[in-house]
Amino acid sequence: MPVNPELVGRDFPPTAPYLVGREKVREFARAVFADDPQHVDPSAAQALGYADVVAPPTFAIVVTDATLQQLLGEPDSGIVLKNVLHAEQKFRYSRPIVAGDELTAKLSVTGIRAMGAAAMVTSESDITDAAGDHVVTATSILLVGEGDR
Amino acid sequence: MSAASTGSATGSLTVGDVVAERTVHLTRESLVRYAGASGDFNPIHYRDDVAAAVGLPGVLAHGMLTMGLAVGTIESWLGDTGRILEYGVRFTKPVVVDPETGADVTVVAKVGAVDDESARIDLTVSYAGATVLVKAQVRVRTV
Repeated sequence: MPVNPELVGRDFPPTAPYLVGREKVREFARAVFADDPQHVDPSAAQALGYADVVAPPTFAIVVTDATLQQLLGEPDSGIVLKNVLHAEQKFRYSRPIVAGDELTAKLSVTGIRAMGAAAMVTSESDITDAAGDHVVTATSILLVGEGDR
Repeated sequence: MSAASTGSATGSLTVGDVVAERTVHLTRESLVRYAGASGDFNPIHYRDDVAAAVGLPGVLAHGMLTMGLAVGTIESWLGDTGRILEYGVRFTKPVVVDPETGADVTVVAKVGAVDDESARIDLTVSYAGATVLVKAQVRVRTV
């Protein structure tokens, strides 16, 4: 198996705070064809009770990128980006991400399972806001193949 | 892009009902735009030579782009995206985006299950007659 099983349960530091910008939300919404006004028009978002424009549901993946970099950066992980396939993705939300949020992600590797010569790696990123409240948990399952960098 | 939705998330829901559907036309420009917006600059999403070198049938759409546009289909039906409690997919087949003709991705959103406070919306996401996401399910709050 190409992946180090000792990654499970390893403690990773929280990522540096990610400040969600209004124009970034608009740019991302346009890129994923999310054309509802709540993503681009602050008054439409405020009418729904939000402080500013609401990020589309999959925007959370942008914030979790820093945790993927942590995983790839572990010198003993055995995970090389070119061998990684994204097999599954899930998000569990307490609330949507809104422009102005300052978000931190905390990575944990919850499972590693051999699949032939490859490994299925399950990682969870818990995303919290500046008050420490849960916003969304992103669970990614990566299929990691063998091979050197 | 064409879109249509029926009823609302807080109305009465029946398993099997189609609540929304649309077809999104992806071009190479869409992929470059998503790369910039998301920060995912893997060259298999914009360079034919790199895609060919790693044995792919062509330049592929980002899986997360397909996942993102799929859930966007139900937004006007939902009203408030804060109703989304969970959203998950399995990536099965790639979407190959032709440099000249692009790719049409079709999304059909159906009620899969209903309980007192939430519903499961099943998204069927297909391209060129094949399903590209499996178990694409959104759990939404209905109260």
